[in-house]
Amino acid sequence: MDINQIYEAANIMDIIHDPTAPRLVINKDKVVNSNTVEGLEVYPKEIENGVSVELIVRKGKIIPKPVHLCFGITDEQAVQYIIINVNVEDNAEVSLLAHCVFPIAKDVLHKMDAEIFVGKNAKYSYFEKHIHSETGGVKVIPKTKVKLDENSRFKTEFELIKGRVGSIDLDIEASCGDKSVVEMTTRISGIDDDKISIRETGYLEGLNSRGALTSRIAVRNNSQAQVYNKLVATGSFSRGHVDCKEVVKDNATASAVPVVEVKNPTAHVTHEASIGSVDLKQLETLMSRGLSEEEATELIIQGLLS
Amino acid sequence: MNILEIKNLNLSFNGKRILSDLNLKFEEGKISAVVGPNGAGKSTLAYVIMGLNGYRDYTGEILYKGVSLKDYGVAERAKLGITLGWQEPARFEGLKIKQFMMACAKIKSEEKIIEALNIVGIDYYEYIDRAIDKSLSGGERKKFELASIVAMQPELVILDEPDSGIDVASLRNIFGAIKYLHKNGSTLILITHSLEVLKIAEYAYLMCNGILLDEGKVDKIRKYFEGKCLPCPHKNIPVFSEIEKA
Repeated sequence: MDINQIYEAANIMDIIHDPTAPRLVINKDKVVNSNTVEGLEVYPKEIENGVSVELIVRKGKIIPKPVHLCFGITDEQAVQYIIINVNVEDNAEVSLLAHCVFPIAKDVLHKMDAEIFVGKNAKYSYFEKHIHSETGGVKVIPKTKVKLDENSRFKTEFELIKGRVGSIDLDIEASCGDKSVVEMTTRISGIDDDKISIRETGYLEGLNSRGALTSRIAVRNNSQAQVYNKLVATGSFSRGHVDCKEVVKDNATASAVPVVEVKNPTAHVTHEASIGSVDLKQLETLMSRGLSEEEATELIIQGLLS
Repeated sequence: MNILEIKNLNLSFNGKRILSDLNLKFEEGKISAVVGPNGAGKSTLAYVIMGLNGYRDYTGEILYKGVSLKDYGVAERAKLGITLGWQEPARFEGLKIKQFMMACAKIKSEEKIIEALNIVGIDYYEYIDRAIDKSLSGGERKKFELASIVAMQPELVILDEPDSGIDVASLRNIFGAIKYLHKNGSTLILITHSLEVLKIAEYAYLMCNGILLDEGKVDKIRKYFEGKCLPCPHKNIPVFSEIEKA
């Protein structure tokens, strides 16, 4: 398999040849393509089994196009270790679209450690989309720590768009300064013996800080999911919501632990969690239009994960 | 010709009789109404005809074009041409209107979906990126549900309280869709306690407390709606002597 197949799988062939598109493409432990634009500085460094990246968005700079990151592995067996340090300086804005592409993986470990700082009045969005092989031979362990300064925004979405999960152990933690906002969303569907572990934590430390943690998980066959979402509100007038929905079929198992801790009487944090089979009314509505139970279930899960 | 025949239908939950010895016939191509007060068993009858989970343990017969539906599940009944519009339509988190409509439509083309939505007064392009979820009002979801039925082109449509949650201006769209389905050959069963809905039917059945009390032309059955269906000590069963006196 060559790198072009990675581009095709991630649907980024146009991006790779666009001189105005900021990007960084890593195949296993090599940087194979990169481009920067004004205000964006990217310093990749190849390390053992991976790449370390420093990404800086300079003060007041708004990066108009999404920065494409592509972490690919063209081999069946490999270890890829990515370290990312991001600094979005005051009043800057950037959106990152990361594709993690392991299309023929049989025994692949993708490990990422990220530290992100979002400065005053700055905005940082990170959308991570995974494309895995159908064998389940992928182990993904991303760990992220985020610090938000005053009036900043951090938004992240994690989604498996193709292939089997294998094993995902996602751990992300954000602490919020005054008037800052954190949003974390995860959408994953597991089958066979996939294992999903989600741990999202938000510390609403600042005055008027806001947080929303959302998880949408579907597990089928013998797959397993554990979701541990936690919001801790210590900031005055901070507000937050934890929302976890898991759909379980066959012999799959799921657990959800929404934790809310409020240590300030002016703060308010809510949570909702539901685990169960596909909603019967939804199912019967679609079946009464002629869909089979399997087709209806698939469509409902597609919607939930979209 | 009768498209649907219900013979000696009985249904009990936890030993309590919900439907008692019902006998109804629905003529092909006609609009019929099943009316009655809350708790009469109208919706239950609709669920039994559709074969919903928990509503299939009945005695008696439900014959669709002469074939017993006893061993048919919901999807099989839908494939025969039967469908149901719920009083309170389901919400589908994240499911886009286009996906929902495409899944329900007999002819899976954007053109047909736009046409079905127009019939219920919905501009497709205004809703194209929306999901059938809690961001839609109950009335909007009701219209999308009806549009999905129009797009399905079923032979037999059961609509449970088709006007509930619908504002006055949108009622015209709902009635228009019912007439469209009728004009295009569908047989309709309207479950209702609304006089306005009853008026578009050609034949009506009156139920109370799980029992079929009366049937006939709409003019006859509508009398029960004009202040003559009195409260009674028999759990909603009208006092016949009072009706006869009137």
